[in-house]
Amino acid sequence: MKIYADNAATTALSPKVLEAMTPYLTEIYGNPSSLYQIGAVAKDAVESSRETVAKLIGAKNPNEIYFTSGGSEADNWAIKGVCKALKNKGKNHIITSKFEHHAVLHVCESMEKEGFEVTYLDVYEDGLVRPEDVKAAIRPETALVTIMYANNEIGTVQPIAEIGKICREAKVLFHTDAVQAVGNVPINVEEECIDLLSLTAHKFHGPKGCGALYVRKGVLIRNLIEGGAQERSRRAGTENVAGIVGLAKAMELAIGSMEDRAEKLTKMRDRLIDGLLSTIERSRLNGSREHRLPGNINMCFEGIEGESLLLKLDLAGVSASSGSACTSGSLDPSHVLLSLGLPHEIAHGSLRLSFSDDNTEEHIDYLLKVIPETVEYLRSFSPLWDKIKSE
Amino acid sequence: MAYSEKVMDHFANPRNVGEIPDASGVGEVGNSKCGDIMRMYIKVEGNVITDCKFKTFGCGAAIATSSMATELIKGKTIDEALKLTNKAVMEALDGLPPVKVHCSVLAEQAIKAALSDYYTRLGVDPTPIVGVIQECDHDHGCGCESCN
Repeated sequence: MKIYADNAATTALSPKVLEAMTPYLTEIYGNPSSLYQIGAVAKDAVESSRETVAKLIGAKNPNEIYFTSGGSEADNWAIKGVCKALKNKGKNHIITSKFEHHAVLHVCESMEKEGFEVTYLDVYEDGLVRPEDVKAAIRPETALVTIMYANNEIGTVQPIAEIGKICREAKVLFHTDAVQAVGNVPINVEEECIDLLSLTAHKFHGPKGCGALYVRKGVLIRNLIEGGAQERSRRAGTENVAGIVGLAKAMELAIGSMEDRAEKLTKMRDRLIDGLLSTIERSRLNGSREHRLPGNINMCFEGIEGESLLLKLDLAGVSASSGSACTSGSLDPSHVLLSLGLPHEIAHGSLRLSFSDDNTEEHIDYLLKVIPETVEYLRSFSPLWDKIKSE
Repeated sequence: MAYSEKVMDHFANPRNVGEIPDASGVGEVGNSKCGDIMRMYIKVEGNVITDCKFKTFGCGAAIATSSMATELIKGKTIDEALKLTNKAVMEALDGLPPVKVHCSVLAEQAIKAALSDYYTRLGVDPTPIVGVIQECDHDHGCGCESCN
């Protein structure tokens, strides 16, 4: 059996999305900035995609949506753009959390080199930022609060509306990296007082290389990519027309089927979590189960190391991850798991499974068989497991 | 990062896994904080390592290098085993990704630790023969003594 269970890393392109994109990769190749027919048709496709994306996140105005090359660009732009715009207004402080994606954390670190001070909030054992901690960290010189909507490794969904309200009351800008959340949980930038929001198409069966940044009207932000007058002179570069069309189509499909899918995936997820916790001794679920993306499982199995577990599962036909795909070249345990307070030796033994609509109950049956077998096999020759058992 | 076919073969079908109950020497290197521990068991008869087994907690490369190291010293004399280098383990596996080179160092050190234990049991000071065993050679800020 072949099981793809790494949808938090990326998803398969939906055939319907490919179909929507194909004309813009073939006959409608015009540059949207050109005046002739095939340029104008491309331009129309970009603008109607913008309207769709705006509507789907509850934005008031399509002009608040800027297309980017993906989530990392959107995060970089949001943080660098706002900080640079507000620096000469006496703002030099950023609030974020310890378990953000590196596209946020590393940008915050680079802002530290430019004279900004950054507060990294704790996320506690349940993997949730406390709104009161945000409130307590806000200062008169705070330029931006950036807290992810849902964590990419452990899938915990943050109290975004509460944080948004606190920021709005304190008149501080609020950015959220919603790359993992869009299409999986309902989002409304107006109701949740979000000023900037990052998203990317490939996390919900859209194409890679296309994302968007929502920027509320009136938010001061400097450009990240300078050049031509595309995106109302805010983001240069000839539009990725097919990508943008694919982004909008994928988002429409994902959000349209969100409720049913959430119900199905939550049921599958919980059956797998309960099954693994009850059959594998010294295993744990990382992060809150209640405030969690429907398709995310992140567990630790003591006495084994994550990469060997993944390789063994791969040989058994299962594509999974030990954490973020973006850090797989690193030897260090996940910064997300360490932020939950897990010791290094336990954080090394993590497994992330992330499901989509393509996964089935048969997959769960197979995983309930193959994961305990693999853990038991690796433990059978683990000197660490011997030590744990003899304690 | 991709592993060679040989690494995958030794990971998927590790040779000499387990323990030797009446081992002549047992050595353990690495630590759980760094994410890899190797324990080597050797049986010495005369001057020859007649059997060698391992138990490893670690990544695919850690398991594959342990397996290959046991293969390389089994049936060899102690002198030959002492000359085993991490480079030889790597070459026998058709190479390792740069971030995994430390696994081959750990395998070399695990063999040396087992030999060191063998000499200690004989009442012989192992240091002049085997050298100093390093617990962890990699500098990735894991907080262990070697990294610090």
